[in-house]
Order: sequence, then structure tokens, then C-alpha cells
Amino acid sequence: MPLSHIPIMPVDNPQVEVEKLDLYYGNAQALKSVSFGIPKANVTALIGPSGCGKSTFIRCINRMNDLIDTIRIEGVIKIDGENILNPTMDVIELRRRVGMVFQKWNPFPKTIYENVIYGLRIAGVKDRTMLDETVEKSLKRAALWEEVKDRLHQSAMGLSGGQMQRLCIARAIAVNPEIILMDEPCSALDPRSTARIEDLIRELRGDYTIIIVTHNMQQAARISDYTAYMYLGELIEYGPTKKIFTKPVKQETEDYITGRFG
Amino acid sequence: MMKAKFWRQGEPYVWATGMALALVLFLTITLLSVVIANGAAIFWPQPVALAELTDGSRVLGEISQQQKRPQSEEQRYQFKTGNREMYSLDFRWVDASAIKRLSHPARVTVLERLENGNFYGYLREIRAPQLNLPAATGDTALAQALTAIAPQQAEIEQLNDTIAELNYRLEQVQNKLAGLRHQRGADPARLEALAAEERTLKGRFDELATRLADQRSALNQHEAVFIDASGTEKVIALADIVRAYQPNTMGVWQKSGYYLTRLRELFTEDPRESNTEGGLFPAIFGTIMLVFLMSIVSFPIGVVAGVYLREYAKEGVLVKMVRIAVNNLAGIPSIVYGIFGLGFFVYGIGSSIDQLFFAERLPNPTFGTGGILWASLTLGLLTVPVVIVATEEALGAIPPGIREGSQALAATKFQTLTKLLLPMASPGILTGFILAMARAAGEVAPLMITGVVKLAPALPLDGHFPYLHLDRKFMHLGFHIYDIGFQSPNVEASKPMVYVTTLLLILIVLLMTSTAIYLRNKMRKHYAVVDV
Ligand SMILES: Nc1ncnc2c1ncn2[C@@H]1O[C@H](COP(=O)(O)OP(=O)(O)OP(=O)(O)O)[C@@H](O)[C@H]1O
Ligand SMILES: [Mg+2]
Repeated sequence: MPLSHIPIMPVDNPQVEVEKLDLYYGNAQALKSVSFGIPKANVTALIGPSGCGKSTFIRCINRMNDLIDTIRIEGVIKIDGENILNPTMDVIELRRRVGMVFQKWNPFPKTIYENVIYGLRIAGVKDRTMLDETVEKSLKRAALWEEVKDRLHQSAMGLSGGQMQRLCIARAIAVNPEIILMDEPCSALDPRSTARIEDLIRELRGDYTIIIVTHNMQQAARISDYTAYMYLGELIEYGPTKKIFTKPVKQETEDYITGRFG
Repeated sequence: MMKAKFWRQGEPYVWATGMALALVLFLTITLLSVVIANGAAIFWPQPVALAELTDGSRVLGEISQQQKRPQSEEQRYQFKTGNREMYSLDFRWVDASAIKRLSHPARVTVLERLENGNFYGYLREIRAPQLNLPAATGDTALAQALTAIAPQQAEIEQLNDTIAELNYRLEQVQNKLAGLRHQRGADPARLEALAAEERTLKGRFDELATRLADQRSALNQHEAVFIDASGTEKVIALADIVRAYQPNTMGVWQKSGYYLTRLRELFTEDPRESNTEGGLFPAIFGTIMLVFLMSIVSFPIGVVAGVYLREYAKEGVLVKMVRIAVNNLAGIPSIVYGIFGLGFFVYGIGSSIDQLFFAERLPNPTFGTGGILWASLTLGLLTVPVVIVATEEALGAIPPGIREGSQALAATKFQTLTKLLLPMASPGILTGFILAMARAAGEVAPLMITGVVKLAPALPLDGHFPYLHLDRKFMHLGFHIYDIGFQSPNVEASKPMVYVTTLLLILIVLLMTSTAIYLRNKMRKHYAVVDV
């Protein structure tokens, strides 16, 4: 299928605009001319079979891929109109605006308190009351406050997996980013923890632009406003979640969503 | 059926691993117990035995060993008879069959002396009319006499210190003078002033030296007369006696007191009699200072190099080769490091420093000869690979999620390193450093050509500006063991000291490493990571 036929739905008020994004790991192309717009203050879900390039794509948005030497990127990603792939872009500034939550929770071996304010400390914030307030606010937003408010100064390593993941979310929102990237945040969690994090995402919607990668179709259907289906590095279909899940344009999309994939 | 199960469960291999560990433990424990058994009891006063031989002669001394004569069943004893200047040897083997009677006479006195080792015998009289001693009799008189000369000895000690101080100032003036003369067109008035100062100092020095000589000879007037086992008289100056005791009449408390006194002497005093007696203070000090200086050099360099290799260097052929080279550096014989240190540090850098800054003292070298600085740099070089490897491994063991998590929160690579990676790697780095430290503390070969001496005139740290004298030679426990154990003319007499020194060196290494281990465990608790 010629790439030009991919239906790119224009969205209102896009915060992230991706234009003709090609990405290569050495010689292997992992993203093929991906183009679409991600609307502000909405939840956008990325779905697709394993290895189709979802993580690769989402890591472009905060330039996490810079850590990999062999990578080559072509195309444009604009955030609020500014091309962030531009070599002159201040990556630190960008990452302050674009937070990220990883598939495997990765709290630092520090206290819960220090974990939450890590980003602020890095930014040089010293004001004690501000730090205290941020900790409380972020933990409350991440629905963790009640569980840890008495042990803020104990190591974060004593938390359960679900708590750790919520701590990582609190850590990401503590620096008050505009966009939050989540790469399969619930894939290693039990249903209850997953439900809590889904509640949390619904709660954050409206204030943050959230891009979430998930393998769970129900989850995508439950929490997202828009859904993008990717396959082998290409964006196959993109549109409002309701439409994708009820009346997908492409046969592949329908096959994947209904589980007739492969 | 049964047999197959037996092999499948790996029972024999478990046994083999257990046995390997047991063997290692056994050897270590044997080594330690030999050292402890021989080293810890040395200061405990041993009974003095008097053997009357069948030929009518008498042998008095501590029984230091007993064994079977080669090729026969007969027992023989080794007596430490002391009195070296009288018998020319201070140890003697006596066959058990030659002994008619063995007793432990109460009145035997043991003297520890400044020269010629121990004396074993009986006090006859004290000849010290000037001391005006109360008319005490017997052995209390000796104790009284020894206390009575103490003030005189203290005075001499003080005089010695004054002279040393004067000597130091004289040296300073002479150095300045030499420096002025070295540069052409120096101010003649200053030259003259300095020369005048030199003359006054010299005059004062001579005056004090005469006074010292007078006091010494006055002190040596006080004598005591002893007789040995066979009744031969021996006159000993009181000032020569370091300590006198009668082991055959001492109780446990007295013996413990004596033990503690000797222990204190060991830790605080200088060695005597070509290192076979007295204390080990300079060697202990030298060893600790050496390891300390070595750490200051090798720890930061090793950590920084390891960080660069792991975090910043682009993985490639060059980095791989550097890594292999670093790993292999640890296998180079330490004497090779010593030779390198001698050639590079001492003759290369040291000589250049002398030419640039101490030209006036040439041809006497200042830094152009072995010293504690060069020795510790050499040791630093030897241990740096261990620290590099440990740092690299510790950083490599940190889950990549930590790095990503930190950078995703807008931390730079450097911030991630200082705020997370280094603290998290610190237990591993410290483990490597502990190994490095233990290796450095036990290393002797490279020191022998870069500045260790058997007797250093002064410590590398003292009260004279600039306080830290890195150019000075130093003493070291490891070298001490070699020196007294294998270079001493009287091997038998120095044997106890070899054990004590070995024990001390092991204890010091243990102390330093356990401090580091304690620190590491604290860190480890602090930065424990659940797998990420
Ligand atoms: N660091 C890398 N070096 C080389 N190839 C890579 C690297 N990371 C990913 N790839 C390749 O790029 C492709 C896309 O990988 P990516 O991780 O983005 O997939 P994904 O959609 O996130 O899969 P999953 O759902 O399993 O997480 C895969 O073929 C993968 O093998
Ligand atoms: Mg992925």
C-alpha cells in the first residue's frame, strides 16, 4: 500500500505534530514516514503488535533515543510549532516539558520524598515549603498519598510494584510537564493497580497531553480519546477511539482489535 | 537407579566445593594461628631456669624451645642465656641428659638493656655514691636507683631535643645561605647577616654538645654490679638498663602489668638494637601514612578513569584494548612497578624538581631520591587498575532504567552520574578499593627501591613547617619483617620481633579494611536497588 494513502486525520488544536518521521536503527528502518497530530489535553493511545515501533516512536517525543548511538532520524516533530528534532533544540528544556513513565517502574534508590522531587532538585529548586507542597500535591494526584504519607522519608524500594509505578507517575508530574508519555505503564501490574492507574490517567486528562502505549485493547478503549494503530513501523489508522473501535476504516485495524490478527 | 540419582543431584560436586572452601579456611587459620600464637605471647614474662650441668657448669636463661635431637630420641633444650657480650652468643642448646638439676631461683633478675640484649643474673651491689640512696638492700635498691636516675635521664632527653631543634634551624639557615650564594648578585648585607646567624647557632650547638657529653658521662658514673650464673662479675651502667624484673617471683597481675608496658612501648617507641628490640612506632606510622597517601592518589584517579571508560568513552576497539590493558596491569609483578617508580618518579620527576626548586642543595638530592611521596605514587600506580575495574563493574551493574529515568526527568548525564550513579556504585567501588588497600599495605618489593629504609631519622610528619615532609624516607612494617627476619645478624634474637611485626601488620590491614567494609555496608544499605 502506498504510504500516501494512509488516512491522516487532522485534529483540532494539535500539540504534537509529526511529519514524515523516518527512523533507522543502523540499517533497519523502524519507523516509516509516520505523520499525525496529537491533540492537546487529550489521551492518545498507541496500539499495535509487538515490535511495530510504538516505543521507538514515543521515545522520539522527548528525544530519549539520543542515548542510542546507532540511531538516525529524519522528519519533523513539532511541539507547539517548534521542531524538537532540530539539533539546536535544548533537550533538557524539552524533557522538562515532556515527562515519561516507563514500562518497568524505575524508582531511584532514595527516599519516597527524594524520588518525587528529583526533577525539581535537578532544576535547582531549593525552597523547602515548595518542595514539601509539590510532594504532597504530586503524590495526591498519583493517588499514592494516603498509602505513603507516613513513610515519605523511607526508601522507595520498600513499595509494591503498583505503588512504585504510581510513584514514577508522581515523579513525572512533579515537574509539571505539558505532555506525559507512558510506555505500557500497566503491563506488569495486577488488575487492581491497573484500575488505579487508569483512574489516575482519566484524572490527569484535561491538564496534560497524554500519549500512552498499551497492548490492552479494553484499556485503550476505556481511557483514550484518540487511538493510533501501528504496524511494522507504519501508522495504519488514526482517529477518535470510538470510531477506531466501532467502525475502523482498515481491515488490518479491525483484525487486530478483534483479535483476529496474524 | 540409586546411583544415577546420586550423580544427578550433584552431591559429589557439592562436597568438592565444600572441601575446597575448607582447605582455604584451614590454610588461613593455620597461618593466623602460627602468627598469633608466636606473636601474642612474646611480651609475657617467661620463667628463668637455672640448669646445673653434669660437667659442673651452670646455664641460666629462658627455655625458648625444646626438641628431639636429630636421629636420636634424646630431648634437648634451647636456653636464651642473654649476656651477649660475655658469651658471644645469646642462645645455647643443652642436652637433657647433661642436666643434673633444673631449678627456678627466685632472685634471678632480667635486665633489658639499651645494648647487647637481655642480661640474666643476680644483683650484687650498686655503686652510685652521688645518688645518696637510702640504705636499702637487695633488689629494691635496684628499683630505687633506677628511679633516682630518672630526672637526670629526662634532662638529657630534653637537651637532646633542644639540640635537634637547633640542628634544624642551623640546617634552615645553611640552606638559605646556600641558596643566596647560588644566585649571583645577592645582597651582601643579607649574606653577612645569615653567616653571622650561622656562627651564633654553631657556637650554641657546640656549647650544648659539650654539656650533653658531660651529663652523659656523669650519668654513666652510676653503676650496678651483677654476677652471672657462674659467678663472673659484670658491671652495668644504670643508664643502660631499660627495665629490670624478676620473672620467677612475679604474679599474674605483675606479669600483666609488664605485658601492657611492653605493648605500650611497641606502639609508641622507636626501635632499638638494629630493630630487634623496642617499639615499632615509626614503622606503624609509615605504613599507615603510606597507605593513606596511596589512597589519596589512586582512589580519585581510578574512579574518574573508570567513569570515563564506562560512561563517556565511545565503545570501540580502542576502549576494548584499554580495558584489556587495565585488567592486565594488575598482573604485572610489583617489582616492575618499583623499577618504573624509581626511573620515572625518582630519577625523572624528582631530579627535575631538585633542579628547579632545590638547586642550591645539589648534589644532595631532596626529591631526587626515594621518599614517601614516590613510594606512595608507585603504590598508587599499582592499585589504580583495581579501582578502575571495580568502578567500571559497579557502574555497569546499575540497571539502565535508572539512567533513562533520570534523564527523562531532565537531568544531564553529569547530574545523573553525580546524583545517582556514583552513590549507587559506591559500595562496589569501595569493595575494589578495599582490595587495593589491602594489596598496597602488604606490598614490600616496590618500596625497597623507592624510599623505605630500615631506620628513618625522622617521621614524614612533624612539627616543623611545612609539617608534611613528603621527600623523607620512611619505615614500613612489611619491610621491617624482611629486614629483621632475613637481614639481621642475630636471627634467633630477632625472631620474636618478626612475629610481633607480622601480627601487627595483619592487624593494621584488618583494621583499615574493616573500616572500609563498615562504610561500604552502610552505603549498600542506603542504596540498595530492587531490580529495575
Ligand atoms: N536499540 C535498538 N537497536 C536496534 N533495534 C531496535 C532497538 N530498539 C528497538 N529496535 C527494533 O525496532 C523495532 C521497534 O521496536 P519497539 O521497541 O519500538 O517496538 P514496540 O512496538 O515498542 O514493541 P513492544 O510492544 O514489544 O514493546 C523492533 O523491530 C526492534 O527490534
Ligand atoms: Mg515497547
